[in-house]
Amino acid sequence: MSCALLLLLMSLALAIRTGAAVEIQRPRGVPLSKRQFYEENKPFTCLDGSSTIPFDRVNDDYCDCRDGSDEPGTAACPNGSFHCTNAGFRPTFIPSSRINDGICDCCDTTDEYNSGATCQNTCREMGRKERESLQIMAEITKEGFMLKQQLIHEAKRGQEDKQGKLTELQGSKKGLEEKVEALRTVKETAEDPEKEAKELHLKAWEEQKELIRMEKDKTRMAEAFLELDDDADGYVSVAELQSHLELDPDSDGSLTETETQGLLGGADKVDTSAFETVWSGIKDKYLSEVSQGQSDPPAPVETPQEEETRDFVSDHDSDHYPEDYAGEEEDVEDDEEDDDHEEEEEEEEKVPPTVQTPEKREDDEVSMPPYDTETQSLIDAAQKARDDFDEAERALRQVDDQMKNLEKEIGFDFGPSAEFAYLYSQCYELSTSEYIYRLCPFNRVSQKPKFGGSETNLGLWGQWAGPEDNLYSVMKYDHGQGCWQGPNRSTTVKLTCGKETVVTSTSEPSRCEYLMEFTTPAVCQEPASLDEVLHGHTEL
Amino acid sequence: MAAFVVSPLKMGPLLVLWLAVCLSGTWAVDRGNFKTCDQSAFCKRQRALKPGQSPYRALLETLELTNTKLTLQLINDNNKVRLLLELYRLQGNMTRVKINELKPLKPRFEVPDVLINDPPTEPLSLLSRDENGVVLSLGADSQRLIVSAKPFRLDIMEGREVLLSLNSRGLLAFEHLRIRKDTKVDPEGTENKEETEAANEPAEGEEVWGEKAKEDEKVEDGMWEETFKSHTDSKPNGPSSISLDFSLPGVENVYGIPEHADSLKLKATDGGDPYRLFNLDVFQYEVFNPMALYGAIPVMLSHSAQRTMGIFWLNAAETWVDISSNTAGKTVFGQMLDYVQGSSETPQTDVRWISESGIIDVFIMLGPTPADVFSQYASLTGTQAFPPLSALAYHQCRWNYNDQEDVAAVDQGFDDHDIPYDFIWLDIEHTDGKRYFTWDHHKFPQPKDMLQGLLDKRRKMVTIVDPHIKVDSSYKIHNEIRSKGFYVKSKDGGDYEGWCWPGNSGYPDFTNPEMRAWWASMFAYDQYEGSMENMYTWNDMNEPSVFNGPEVTMHKDALHGNWENRDLHNLYGLYVQRATAEGLIERSGGVERPFVLARAFFAGSQRYGAVWTGDNAAEWDHLKISIPMCLSLGLVGVSFCGADVGGFFKSPSTELLVRWYQTGAYQPFFRAHAHLDTPRREPWLFGPENTALIREAVRQRYALLPYWYQLFYHAHHSGQPVMRPLWVEYPQDTATFSMDDQFLLGRDLLVHPVTEEGARGVTAYLPGKGEVWFDVHTFQKHNGAQNLYIPVTISSIPVFQRGGSIIPRKARVRRSSSCMEHDPYTLFVALSPKRFAQGELYIDDGHTFNFDKQKQFIHRRFSFANNALSSRNLAPGSQFTTFSWVEKIVILGASKPSKATLKTPDGKESLLEFEFDASMSVLTLRKPGVNAGLDWTVVLQ
Repeated sequence: MSCALLLLLMSLALAIRTGAAVEIQRPRGVPLSKRQFYEENKPFTCLDGSSTIPFDRVNDDYCDCRDGSDEPGTAACPNGSFHCTNAGFRPTFIPSSRINDGICDCCDTTDEYNSGATCQNTCREMGRKERESLQIMAEITKEGFMLKQQLIHEAKRGQEDKQGKLTELQGSKKGLEEKVEALRTVKETAEDPEKEAKELHLKAWEEQKELIRMEKDKTRMAEAFLELDDDADGYVSVAELQSHLELDPDSDGSLTETETQGLLGGADKVDTSAFETVWSGIKDKYLSEVSQGQSDPPAPVETPQEEETRDFVSDHDSDHYPEDYAGEEEDVEDDEEDDDHEEEEEEEEKVPPTVQTPEKREDDEVSMPPYDTETQSLIDAAQKARDDFDEAERALRQVDDQMKNLEKEIGFDFGPSAEFAYLYSQCYELSTSEYIYRLCPFNRVSQKPKFGGSETNLGLWGQWAGPEDNLYSVMKYDHGQGCWQGPNRSTTVKLTCGKETVVTSTSEPSRCEYLMEFTTPAVCQEPASLDEVLHGHTEL
Repeated sequence: MAAFVVSPLKMGPLLVLWLAVCLSGTWAVDRGNFKTCDQSAFCKRQRALKPGQSPYRALLETLELTNTKLTLQLINDNNKVRLLLELYRLQGNMTRVKINELKPLKPRFEVPDVLINDPPTEPLSLLSRDENGVVLSLGADSQRLIVSAKPFRLDIMEGREVLLSLNSRGLLAFEHLRIRKDTKVDPEGTENKEETEAANEPAEGEEVWGEKAKEDEKVEDGMWEETFKSHTDSKPNGPSSISLDFSLPGVENVYGIPEHADSLKLKATDGGDPYRLFNLDVFQYEVFNPMALYGAIPVMLSHSAQRTMGIFWLNAAETWVDISSNTAGKTVFGQMLDYVQGSSETPQTDVRWISESGIIDVFIMLGPTPADVFSQYASLTGTQAFPPLSALAYHQCRWNYNDQEDVAAVDQGFDDHDIPYDFIWLDIEHTDGKRYFTWDHHKFPQPKDMLQGLLDKRRKMVTIVDPHIKVDSSYKIHNEIRSKGFYVKSKDGGDYEGWCWPGNSGYPDFTNPEMRAWWASMFAYDQYEGSMENMYTWNDMNEPSVFNGPEVTMHKDALHGNWENRDLHNLYGLYVQRATAEGLIERSGGVERPFVLARAFFAGSQRYGAVWTGDNAAEWDHLKISIPMCLSLGLVGVSFCGADVGGFFKSPSTELLVRWYQTGAYQPFFRAHAHLDTPRREPWLFGPENTALIREAVRQRYALLPYWYQLFYHAHHSGQPVMRPLWVEYPQDTATFSMDDQFLLGRDLLVHPVTEEGARGVTAYLPGKGEVWFDVHTFQKHNGAQNLYIPVTISSIPVFQRGGSIIPRKARVRRSSSCMEHDPYTLFVALSPKRFAQGELYIDDGHTFNFDKQKQFIHRRFSFANNALSSRNLAPGSQFTTFSWVEKIVILGASKPSKATLKTPDGKESLLEFEFDASMSVLTLRKPGVNAGLDWTVVLQ
């Protein structure tokens, strides 16, 4: 190829705006704004001032200026740029390395003047398309911006409502707190006499039980005496007692005569009254001849306990199985609260001395007599006071929760004019071929397989993450479910202006890093006048 | 990529189980998955043999000498088994030694398709002969081959010097094929008995199977069956391993036998495992150890200041190589003591090769120079395929580019950030359920539109086609392979199946030429739906990788026709790449050069495309090891080598990524790649400063493409490696012998990558006493034969141009190499201290075989001497026209002329303007403007 072809080529920039053709001569690739630096037949000074060259070295396909300014129309300089006028569309600069590379970059084809590439001038078509889409965008922006004003208005009202509600709740909270305190006093006042009466009742019952026990012992002693007194002579003799090996003091398996005598207090035999002393020495070991042989050891007490433990563990485990980790976190909090309540209730229930099953086994089946009416009425009164107190406390907690939620909502950064407030506690879904994606703004993003399978948490609300000058254009959700050998899932939500609030697309550009496109009127900017939009882009 | 899956839910339960077992979530290789020598029965048996008196004796009376070869029988005096030795003197200073059983029970495997032809021989002549042996002449240089009879040994001598000895340590061991003797399986006991009886008759010279010395009959564990982990290898042919030792007197340095993630200079293996050659998919491999990796090239180079030689062990079975050296173990103090006492024995390296089956077929390449060895090896196995020029440019890959939109966005990203690239790659996820040759129609509904979009920007794409085929009766490829009986068979005769990416998969028998022809036909544009001429191919997993197989590969008793995988395992990957490359050639009617990347390879694979170092990691050590790994491959013929830029597993720090781009830009195959689970890492995702650094690194690559292309032309033409260790060009400079932190590209560029985190400087060694080197970034001149500390910043790595060289560049970097086709050249003339320089320029159409078939190319010699730079034609018989012209000539180390005159053949003379930078002695001649294909001279006065 002859480089003479590439010598200075002046371009004819044909620009049409109002139907009038204007011809302006300047070296190829130079924008109008810089035309004055390229004066024909005068030495050219590089735009960075680094050197001055004869004008015939401008666009001579050899790079003389360090800043590339001598070759605006060739690919000679590594850092040059070429201006396409693109009449009918939008003028643009392209890197000069794209000049004559066989690829049509400028819609007016001016970048491919010597490469053999066959380019079509598409500027008019592109301009038309752009104008159309700009028009559509402008309409959307306009409508969206109107909707946004409405949203701002609603948000303001909503905010006021919430503030009002909060104030109201603060008032009722105060009342409730007082009520709780008052009822606490009532409860405590009612509980003192209740406690006293119950203790009295219990004491009487204990005494009565002791009496019953002693009587029973006497009966057993009498029965034992009769049982031992084999010859019914009114005496228990050494021989008669010796058959009870269980009484062997040194547990060597034989009950000697001496040992037996020792048990009988040194006597050879004892009568009923002397047996009283002997009985107190042997009653713990003595086995009735009637019940002997049937005395299997009692079933081990551990079994039910073990079961309880196992139940507890498995409950605990099942808490950790749900797939949705973050959901679980929330649940855990709730569970803990619930557990607290239950424990309190249990403790309260334990206060009356209801006889527990294991104790029943030891004691004989004699239950405590009912409270007398006086005590019962004290108990009833106290119970009522407790119920009242609990109810008041619950009401207070409810108010607290409501206030917390309200404060949280009020504290959220819903944008400069709270225009994003309407998204709060809403969810938006997008269904793809495989999954249903769900965006709950300011809360979480999730993904659920369409054909069964559990939901995956793709991130919890993190923060606004747009660039400094447009912070509210991007939302970041992070700390989602962990990825195998990877990071926790996270989602970036890009917000664009639209009339409707809708998730338009999702993708996973990088493993476990999701990207969601979301349109909302809340990001619509005040539209420039349509005229400006359309004509600000066409030079000349 | 290796076994590493994120959504096991989509896979079969077995695979999930396998994943759970194998991937315990650690970042290091699980060594337990791979055999040590001790766990490989034949290696253990062979290694248990100690050097000593060899039982083999040459039966000189059987010697026969023909025009082409000498044959001679060897007998093992312990078991009376006879071997047949064949000796060939090959053209180009090589000796071939073949040893097989004289009468094997059944044929033993001899590796086909690796040698490009039957190596031409030269006559051997008998110099002398007595009862102790014979002496043969190897022709020139008073080289002799001495065959000693008892014990058998071979010595190759030059003058009085022994160059190399075989069986000098008596480690020749040939496990002859035998009939199984244990009671379990011997339905033909009677026959055996007869044989035994027959053997009782003294039958001189006749081998009778079954009559062997008792010690040989001993059945050891692992001879007839071997279990590793849960896999049992039935060994129907029993023990069949072979072994031979080589002694290299005077040699302290051996290289080659890739692929290992280890230093360039091979280490002594005493006390550890031998280097292993067995193509394996090693998950998260570790650096600096002798474990087997994806490919195997059984070629070792030996080098000393006096001579370079090579040993090519042509065997495709599992192979282990032991190296010991009488100096390797010595401390510097010990060596000094030897020196002082004058008692030093000659340094010597002993090498021992052990293979599981096949025959001994070894080529001894006698050099004597490194270039000679490269030519010798190239004459046996061929040279590097000459890639399309664009394949030498930058490749952008990731597992995975998700869909067409993603591809378009990444493509646009390169333009938006003004970074050139030529190829974008699609990994396995682009397919319909890992059915290769298909597309996921949701993600890639219009592959041709996508390819056309790339073509419009003069760019290209690579899609992956792996050699495991989903067993699925609705999949055309599977059905055809099955119906044609083209699958590898299991030992029981059914189609062999194993688990890989698609789940249950079959493995086509690429050793079958009919299968290869069919496979190649699948790349036709009307067969591979959605393919176009700018779409090329990547063969991954071609070891082959079998997730649930022994050592993650194929069972050794699987059958390729009559042969077991055991016999030819290391050859499988070569055949896969070959069949694919042939497919790409065929689809263009034989016009276009193919580009195929493969992970597994063997000797000869260089003829079919590029290889890469597999699934490395984003670690500094992996960046370091990429240098010796590719250097080792270059030494044994495979020049087109690269490592995943950035590291495949894990996520690189920004500094590591930038350093890797800077290094990769100066390595032959330049591709960024990343694992599915890593964050995105396209070059513009790390802030404008790092984008600029990466852009600069990639642009340096593009500017040097004319030089790269010329180097590959030479690699293709004469087998000289593109990326070379320093000792190849400075064979007498002992300081270079173990150097692998820097390298040469061709002769003329020396590259010292920065591979340390936070480095502020590197110490580079500039070789060549009396030579000079020019820093390509600053043009500063440095003297050779010195260690030079060079301060570095993050902006670039040290690169030097040799004084005495001329390198053509294209300074106008565009968005792809095709866009630069017609661009002008800048010549960088680096003067030697004697004010001399020489270089070359090679130009052709960049993508067809016309350079070869129709001699359509330009090959020119640039010479600078006597203050005149001239261009003359190196290939008068060729013809090609180029639009490219000479834009600028930069002369480094110049003095200021009073004028510069350009003379063209038409007799015209014109004055050239110039600039002279006195501080760096750089003379820049402005715009000679002469066409790059013409003769011209520039005279400085």
